[in-house]
Amino acid sequence: MLTKRIIPCLDVRGGRVVKGTRFVALRDAGDPVTLATRYESEGADELFFLDITASAQARGILIGVVRAVAERVFIPFGVGGGLRTLEDMAAVLRAGAEKVSLNTAAVEDPGLVARAAAAFGSQAVVVAIDARARPSGGWEVVTHGGRRPTGMDAVAWARRAVEAGAGELLVTSMDCDGVQRGYDLALYQTLAAEVPVPVIASGGAGGVEDIRAVLCEGRADAALAASIFHFGAWTVRDVKARLVAMGVPVRPPDREA
Amino acid sequence: MSASVTLLDYGGGNTGSMARALARVGAEVRVAVRGTDVAEHDRLVLPGVGHFGTVMEALRERGLDEAIRRHVGAGRPFLGVCVGLQVLCDASDEAPGVPGLGLVPGRVVRFQAPKVPQVGFNRVEPTRPGRVLTPGYFYFVNSYHAVPADPSAVAATAEYGVRFAAAVEVGAMLAVQFHPEKSGPAGLAMLERWLAC
Repeated sequence: MLTKRIIPCLDVRGGRVVKGTRFVALRDAGDPVTLATRYESEGADELFFLDITASAQARGILIGVVRAVAERVFIPFGVGGGLRTLEDMAAVLRAGAEKVSLNTAAVEDPGLVARAAAAFGSQAVVVAIDARARPSGGWEVVTHGGRRPTGMDAVAWARRAVEAGAGELLVTSMDCDGVQRGYDLALYQTLAAEVPVPVIASGGAGGVEDIRAVLCEGRADAALAASIFHFGAWTVRDVKARLVAMGVPVRPPDREA
Repeated sequence: MSASVTLLDYGGGNTGSMARALARVGAEVRVAVRGTDVAEHDRLVLPGVGHFGTVMEALRERGLDEAIRRHVGAGRPFLGVCVGLQVLCDASDEAPGVPGLGLVPGRVVRFQAPKVPQVGFNRVEPTRPGRVLTPGYFYFVNSYHAVPADPSAVAATAEYGVRFAAAVEVGAMLAVQFHPEKSGPAGLAMLERWLAC
């Protein structure tokens, strides 16, 4: 059977991996290629690189990181952060990434999702959605790295993004991101019932039980996490071994240490 | 002695990923963009990412379709990956009316599952002992799967709503629905075994 994916996320700024709490207060977590090869050897199923500077001059550095990772890593990886044009995406894919993720640019121009899917195939196009719970219920899409509320309903946007050609959704709960107290299960349960493509859950992993919960009760297809892996609280191998013991269908880590 | 491999580049596939993986396990990789570039005594690899109709059109335009038929017809080693497996069949629901290469009688159908495409590592079970395929987890990204008319062509299966052909093998022609170049150590080991057999 198809297994659930564990996806370490590497936030990259200026060619280095960083990870913040609630998108601010960055701490340096290391060299992208070193981390990527470590995660692969521990049994990560995929990797995601998010370029959090996303300026034009950072783009060149990012492409260099993608190329270096592709030389050394033989599992799929996605790249997102500030990609706005088909040329941006083509450069990342040519450098060796399997997928690109679109966030703010897709909200501003849903046609970009359709053009990307036509150019590269839906399997290469991930729409990333940052969602914040509304006091009145439901979730709102926020853009620009969590700074700008849009008024759009996140579930309705998810459906529309899939209709436009998104092959996967990477959905981050802004309320849970970086605080390591668990994923927003209701958000992922709602999405699982509403969209016919895989959903990657992001934001909130503090331990294995949180990951188990979002993959099982939350019905997410993959769990993305950063903090718990970068700072050594958990290795991917430990997480997967525990998930296997809990009966969650994941690709078991290799036997050797 | 390193094995020589010709990698077919039809413009849309993940040629780079496959070239890096083959080089990693010791192959000497040449890239062919036209049928006339195919070195006769090389192993042939048809990598895959793309739409059945687009890929078939590109193969025909570049004369790569005839190169594949000649190579397979001569009994030389061939490895197809993902859509590189699917185009070996007669036809696909992804591109009605577009003929495939017809080297594996049968057709390609869409998954009937709540979530399509399947994305991720799936458990592959060989149907018989062989020198290349082993049981294990390999990375899949596909919405369609091949249904060979002759079940004995199926060399390995996996399950996604249905039990489907994860690999087909007829003589020296092997094709896998998963991506060995993106399946971590298990995938590289499979490529290494294919180069050695």
